[in-house]
Formats: sequence, structure tokens, C-alpha cells
Amino acid sequence: MNLFYSVCLVLVILSMLGLLYRVWKGPSVPDRLVALDAIGVMLISAIALLSILFDTPFFIDAILLIAIMSFIGTVSFSKFIERGEIIDSGSDR
Amino acid sequence: MKKNDVILQTVTKIVFFIILTFGVELFLAGHNSPGGGFIGGLVLSSAFVLLYLVYDIETVHRGTPFDFKRVAALGVLLAVGTGMLSIVFGEPFLTQTTWLVDLPVFGETELGTMTIFEAGVALTVLGVVVTIILGISEDVE
Repeated sequence: MNLFYSVCLVLVILSMLGLLYRVWKGPSVPDRLVALDAIGVMLISAIALLSILFDTPFFIDAILLIAIMSFIGTVSFSKFIERGEIIDSGSDR
Repeated sequence: MKKNDVILQTVTKIVFFIILTFGVELFLAGHNSPGGGFIGGLVLSSAFVLLYLVYDIETVHRGTPFDFKRVAALGVLLAVGTGMLSIVFGEPFLTQTTWLVDLPVFGETELGTMTIFEAGVALTVLGVVVTIILGISEDVE
């Protein structure tokens, strides 16, 4: 059964390399942003597989943390692309 | 430019409380598993940063009527206060104790002054991170 999880880990890392190619080559900024978000998801699955392989439940908090941070990072960067400033002051509404 | 953030704001209204719950869980789990005051404070501050991102500063300040600099000061006061309390009882500075208390719902629970110290650390991190984010986001006129 360990071999199965190791093969899954290798596949996840290969897909991460494919996403890294998109980050490196992507013609526009949103391409790179979506690729980075997907790298976050791949990181979550890699940590889950590592937590199965190491037989420890202590990595589960890191998974939730990476999910939250990836969401906040993607939201802030897409707001920067769309509007140019990240945090509004509130005087314009 | 008129902005339309209905999906983002509706998602944030739910996700904010999930992140707050996760932060408190990390803070309380720090004694026996990964977590603690520092990472709990960071998660709590990331929830507030998400609110500042999605709404604007004025709206969030109307909903949270406290100054985050005072939150950081309260955290440092709590952390130093637990140390000073041990001096009052004739022990060295920052000596921590625990009690076994029979709580009505949770049964026999181990309560310690370490939790108050960690609460101070968490409040300090929350106040400092939000103050830094607000400080670098303000326009210099």
C-alpha cells in the first residue's frame, strides 16, 4: 500500500512541475496566478500524502492553513490586477 | 468605477467565521499538538486581513469598534501580568502552574496560567499584524 501512495506523490509532484512550467512561460499575469493557486492545491495533496506515508496526524493543521493562505493570496492578487490597490480606504463609496 | 463584489462578499461572510474558529482551535490545541499562541494569532489576523481586502477600511472599522494597537498593548499586558503574578506568590518570574478542575460540561480539565500567557502572545500578534497591514495600505497625502 505504501507503493501506491508513493506513486501518487510522484504524480502530484509531476503535475506541480507542469504548473511550474505555466508559471515560468505563462504569457499573461492571470495565467501565472491561476497556476500558482493550483500549485497551492497540489501542495495540499502532497502534504496529505506525506502525512499518510509518515503515519502522523500532525500535518492536518498545515493543510487547512495552506488552504486559507492560498485563498487570501489569490483574492488579494486578483484585486490588485483588477483595481490597482489592494485595500480600499472607503471614501469612494 | 462601480464595483460588484457580491460573490466575494457573500463567501467572505461565511469564510471569516471558519477562519476565526480555526484560529481559536489552533490556539487551544497548542499544549498537546501543533499550534499555539503565535500561529493562532496569525490565523486570526489573516481573517481580519481578508475582511479588509473584501470590504474597505471604513466599513470594517464600523463593525470592529476597537483599535488594534490597543489589542497589541493588552496582549503584552496579559503576558507580562502572568509573570508578575508569580512574583506576587513568591515564585520566580514567569513560573506557570496548572490545576485540575472539574468543569460541568468538559469533565476533569487541566487549566493552567500558560493559557493566559499564550492568549497574550496571540493578541499581540493579532494587533501587530493588522497594524502593519493597515499602516502600509494607507495613502501618504
